[in-house]
Amino acid sequence: MKIEAKGVDFSYREHPVLHGLDFAADAGDVVAVLGPNGVGKSTLFRCLLGFLQPQKGEILIGGRDIRTMTSVETARHIAYIPQTVSPVFNYTVQDTVLMGLTNQLGTFQSPKQKDVEKVLEVLESLGIAHLRYRGCEQISGGERQLTLLARALVQDAEVLVMDEPTANLDYGNSWRVMERVAALAGSGYTVIFSSHDPNQAFLHANQVLVVKDGRVLAAGPPGEVLSEEVLSELYNIRVLIRSVPYLGGEALVSLPGGPLP
Amino acid sequence: MKRLERSEEDNYKFKFIVLIVIFIAVFFGSFILGRYAIGLVDLIKILVNWFLVHIGDLFGQSFGLTQTWSSEAATIAVNVRLPRVIAAGAIGAALSTAGASYQGMFRNPMVSPDILGASTGAGFGAALGIFMGMHYVGITVLSFCCGLLAVFLAYIVSRVSRINTILSMVLAGIMVSSLFSAGTSFIKLVADTENTLPAITYWLMGSLSSIRGNDTLFVCIVVIAGIIPLFLLRWRINILTVSEDEAKSLGINTGRLRFIVIICATLITAAAVSVSGIIGWVGLVIPHFCRMIFGYDYRKLIPASILLGGAFLIAVDDLARTVTTNEIPLGVLTAFVGAPLFIWLILRGGAAREN
Repeated sequence: MKIEAKGVDFSYREHPVLHGLDFAADAGDVVAVLGPNGVGKSTLFRCLLGFLQPQKGEILIGGRDIRTMTSVETARHIAYIPQTVSPVFNYTVQDTVLMGLTNQLGTFQSPKQKDVEKVLEVLESLGIAHLRYRGCEQISGGERQLTLLARALVQDAEVLVMDEPTANLDYGNSWRVMERVAALAGSGYTVIFSSHDPNQAFLHANQVLVVKDGRVLAAGPPGEVLSEEVLSELYNIRVLIRSVPYLGGEALVSLPGGPLP
Repeated sequence: MKRLERSEEDNYKFKFIVLIVIFIAVFFGSFILGRYAIGLVDLIKILVNWFLVHIGDLFGQSFGLTQTWSSEAATIAVNVRLPRVIAAGAIGAALSTAGASYQGMFRNPMVSPDILGASTGAGFGAALGIFMGMHYVGITVLSFCCGLLAVFLAYIVSRVSRINTILSMVLAGIMVSSLFSAGTSFIKLVADTENTLPAITYWLMGSLSSIRGNDTLFVCIVVIAGIIPLFLLRWRINILTVSEDEAKSLGINTGRLRFIVIICATLITAAAVSVSGIIGWVGLVIPHFCRMIFGYDYRKLIPASILLGGAFLIAVDDLARTVTTNEIPLGVLTAFVGAPLFIWLILRGGAAREN
């Protein structure tokens, strides 16, 4: 499903955040959104999800204006995966994933056996079915993030929006989660994620959106867009990009190179 | 996998059956307990007879069993203990269900049903009613209305404020509560120290000793009307426990759902408090206890809270009227029972986390 932002302006009261931001992602795209803290990545995501109404411009999902959609309709197109945090109530993995089915249930309905079976299928496909009765406090951060991914998948949405999905994860877990996420694009999902690690854009994304001060600094395939100059300007440090042998091929990686000269 | 699924579900069913048996045992056991002893066989006959006579009245027939029990026993069982036991069950169920719902809605397991000021508002209303020398029906009605008014005020204030809705609701609740409790203190200050002040003080401690049939009918109607929507929406209350953005992205209209939960929980809390006075702890301890046994899912938590809350308060009320010759106020007893129970829960929870 195609998702577009056209000339989006957004400000919190007197504090402008996004300025005429344009953006588009198609089915099968994995888009990495890069930018330093506070440039409006989360605000952009909240606009894409329909939580915030841009003052100017529009958000289109499959060509349809998001303002004409009810919250249930939006939920059938876009799923949201937040940063992993410890939950207040220790729901089991299975119950957490079942919550993703809420938009398919009537107001007074509870999930049924067939819903549980659907959840099990998704849990098995992500390799965490054995954790179904474990509380979300009793599993690792990576497993928790896969649980939230499973919840988004049972939602049957075509677009996955992930706000720093690997923020609190260790090296191995971030890689495992991102590998699963990138694989989803192959089955027709549109994936949009933000990250503070440019290497995630190189390794997992086919598109990158570089945002600075609420404007698009650059957009396109990572190999073309993410030059040493762009990354240096973005993070205010020297950045080196090198090609390294990677899993039988070559991959670009970025390395910090100290303060700007 | 399949087998595990079955055993897990069967496990829950078994726990629910045990809970229902406990509820029924406590309910009927409470008729036997008391200064006037009634035998179990007599009790069953009395209740069956009472039921048949009422059914007969409806159809203009006279049904009933041949009387083998004393009329005194029948009067006490039907006119004194029946309304009281039913009221205790309804109030216990109301407070614990409201507590469970509010805890989910505020994403905070430490929240009790009076977080938005329902209890303090109702307490103020009752104090005002007693102060003005109102009839007991007037006191109940005024107390109920003030409970609703307090929550309404807190809700309006939180809507007008610009900060995060959950936080502003909690703050508005605290503010409105302290306003109404200051009002209660003021009434106590100017009240006649011979009659009115003790009446207010005793009312605030919570008791079912002066409960009448009409009170029971009123509290049952409101509590059933408030609990039904919460029961029907029990799956959706789960979604309110995750972050605001997540809940919205799952397709929930969080503002509307929260509003419905507030209305229902407030109605049942205010109704309960208006007939019984302020009874703390039930709304905090019972949902926690239910979570330990049934887990966090509101599909199980709401029915479990109804049954366990009802059984708990009926049992505590039995203690209140049998332990000493003078009745012990319920609010005092629930704290005596609830606080140690809560400490035990915390210690147990800590131990479980360490393992």
